[in-house]
Amino acid sequence: MDFDFSDDQKFLRDEARKFLEAQCDSGVVRKVLDNDNVHHSDELWTQIKEMGWLGTAIPGEYGGLGLGMLELCVIAEELGRVLAPVPFGSSIYFFAEGLKAFGSDAQKQEFLPKVADGSIVGCVGASEGPGPITAVSIKCEFDGSQVTGSKIPVTDGGIATHALLLVKEGSGTSLVIADLSADGVTSETLKTVEPTRDHAQLTFSAAPGERLGEAGQGIEMYQAILDRAAILLAFEQLGGASRAQEMAIEYAKERHAFGRPIGGNQAIKHKLADMYVKNEVARSNAYYGAWALSTDAAELPEAAAAARIAASEAFWFASKENTQTHGGMGFTWEVDCHLFYRRAKLLAVQAGAPAVWKEKLVRALEMKNAA
Amino acid sequence: MNFEDTPEEAEFRAEARAFLKKHLDPAENDRDARYQPDFIERAKKWQKTKAEGGFAQITWPKQFGGRGGTPIQQVIWNQEESKFNAPTYPFAIGLGMCLPTVIAFGSDEHKKRYVPPALTGEEIWCQLFSEPAAGSDVAGLKTKAVRDGDEWVINGQKVWTTGAHISDYGIVLTRTDPDVPKHKGLTMFIIDMKDPGVEVRPIHQASGGSEFNEVYFTDVRIPDSDRLGEPGQGWKVALVTLMNERLAVGGSAGPDWREIMNYAREAGTMSDAAFRSKLADWYVAAQGYKLTKFRTQTALSKGETPGPESSIGKVITANQMQDICNSAMEMQDHYGLISDCEKAPMEAAFQEGWLWAPGMRIAGGTDEILKNIIAERVLGLPQDVRVDKDKPFSRMG
Repeated sequence: MDFDFSDDQKFLRDEARKFLEAQCDSGVVRKVLDNDNVHHSDELWTQIKEMGWLGTAIPGEYGGLGLGMLELCVIAEELGRVLAPVPFGSSIYFFAEGLKAFGSDAQKQEFLPKVADGSIVGCVGASEGPGPITAVSIKCEFDGSQVTGSKIPVTDGGIATHALLLVKEGSGTSLVIADLSADGVTSETLKTVEPTRDHAQLTFSAAPGERLGEAGQGIEMYQAILDRAAILLAFEQLGGASRAQEMAIEYAKERHAFGRPIGGNQAIKHKLADMYVKNEVARSNAYYGAWALSTDAAELPEAAAAARIAASEAFWFASKENTQTHGGMGFTWEVDCHLFYRRAKLLAVQAGAPAVWKEKLVRALEMKNAA
Repeated sequence: MNFEDTPEEAEFRAEARAFLKKHLDPAENDRDARYQPDFIERAKKWQKTKAEGGFAQITWPKQFGGRGGTPIQQVIWNQEESKFNAPTYPFAIGLGMCLPTVIAFGSDEHKKRYVPPALTGEEIWCQLFSEPAAGSDVAGLKTKAVRDGDEWVINGQKVWTTGAHISDYGIVLTRTDPDVPKHKGLTMFIIDMKDPGVEVRPIHQASGGSEFNEVYFTDVRIPDSDRLGEPGQGWKVALVTLMNERLAVGGSAGPDWREIMNYAREAGTMSDAAFRSKLADWYVAAQGYKLTKFRTQTALSKGETPGPESSIGKVITANQMQDICNSAMEMQDHYGLISDCEKAPMEAAFQEGWLWAPGMRIAGGTDEILKNIIAERVLGLPQDVRVDKDKPFSRMG
């Protein structure tokens, strides 16, 4: 039994934590929050590029470091802890992983080295309106060479150079790579509850696109990409939830009311104990997801669903109850609680909301335990 | 990351399996027959076999009849033994809690006299701490021990004593000095449960069964040589016992997500959206706990001290079992009331679990006390207000 990260992976984690604590304190996040014209931290993004993190799980032959998915999980957790305001997840968990899974060798040669060195930034466009994404909810259309339609919201859509799009093609769905600098593409910044990450509506008017993988297999491939991305997102959520828990504990020990620290009251203690339990459940499920991801295990679908459900619940609970523990202070702009509250919501819905994953999980359990 | 044994672990597991296979037939064992006389006999026989084979108390030193093995070997043994429905229940408290206390605080004579017969299953032990007015706040207990020459005279009452009626000995926590604050006036003794002054009465539980007991002491005389630790140091001794409790009391048995999913399929209610959502939550929490134990096992395998994460266990399992049973009964609608195992679905497993669940949420630390422990010992939050902390026990209402 070795259900833990290796010493090398823990070393990577410690180094990543040191680097991010120094380079991405909440002041860096707030620079993005407080400026309507800035949607990510270019300075941090440049540093992350220089560290080589973008190529962590991209094979050496495509310009990456060729480390594994476990190393990428470790970095994801650390980015989550500091609420890094960069398009790392969009470019790596979705775009690069999508290419790795379904790209032709030519496509991998063309795009992966540039994703790895940061000269292009990827994003994923699936949603077109309120409600879960299904084969019939997709109206954005591909005719074999051009895309017409609109995607809203696209996380990091305004700063990405390329998008992976889930589109309608004939009577089915396909995946398409679109160059966002091409003619026929317009981008409009969206106001969202999470302004420390970029969100855009991307509109395509007969814009050029090239198919990724097989025509008609769009939704199936998209689901497979989501299964993998869900686990990486779970690590970001876990990082955020852990940090929110630390903040709540620190404050509960410091803040005095009625002559003693508020953390001496059972209403606060039991709330924080519940938070601890949810975070440990999320951590164990995320580790299992990491194992499934790194070994391409047959258990990947249920491991991904469980990791995502547990991490979404943990970060939601930790972020809202961290605010509650801080009382009135927690509801001020200046205290960081709301940054976690905002990020928790983004990460919980950007790859399908928890209800969608619960249904996926139960379907996987039904298949697995078919009589 | 992997879930495989190291070569040494695999070798030990194979040895354990071979031993279990040779001596036990899972089909022969019925977990529910717990306190039937023939069950006790089978349990004693199995304990003796285990001890002779070197599998009783694997982490104990060889001088006490243990194997001198590692914690990971104990985990592996427990995993394998549980697959055989082995009748271990009567010894869990004695070997898990009482004897470690005797080993830590007893004299050489105690260890020589009590450890071997406990290990070979000849003698059963119970733990006498809780009282009617001292449950979560067990240091508030009232059972008195008064010194009389070389002896102590015990009077009072204990409650919720598991297995008292089948026990030969017990460790009993008593108040020997009421004029100091409550934690400072306690003393621990070894007590002979066959003493004529010890009366055991089964408790008729809310669930209908009688697994626990009340124990009354009337002028029970205990030699001073059977004292564990110094007079007034009983709380320190009790903490060692309770620390072992967390290792001895495992996850709660009862219906889990698999059972309710199987039932829902049988009953044709699998398509209910609210049920599907809850099923996902149960799976995620149960899987979370199972995998957390794997993290603990990993630390043990590497020879490291496990983190505090396994403390989440009982808070998750007892509540979840109650919730699952309740949902299954509501799925059965009016018929869900029926607890006759001939008539109720799944042989009334959900009804039985539902009746048992309130006890699970209290035994071995209530949900609230367990959350306090997590908050105080794991998260480092301040202790609750204890208004009686520094006042003599005799001056508290």
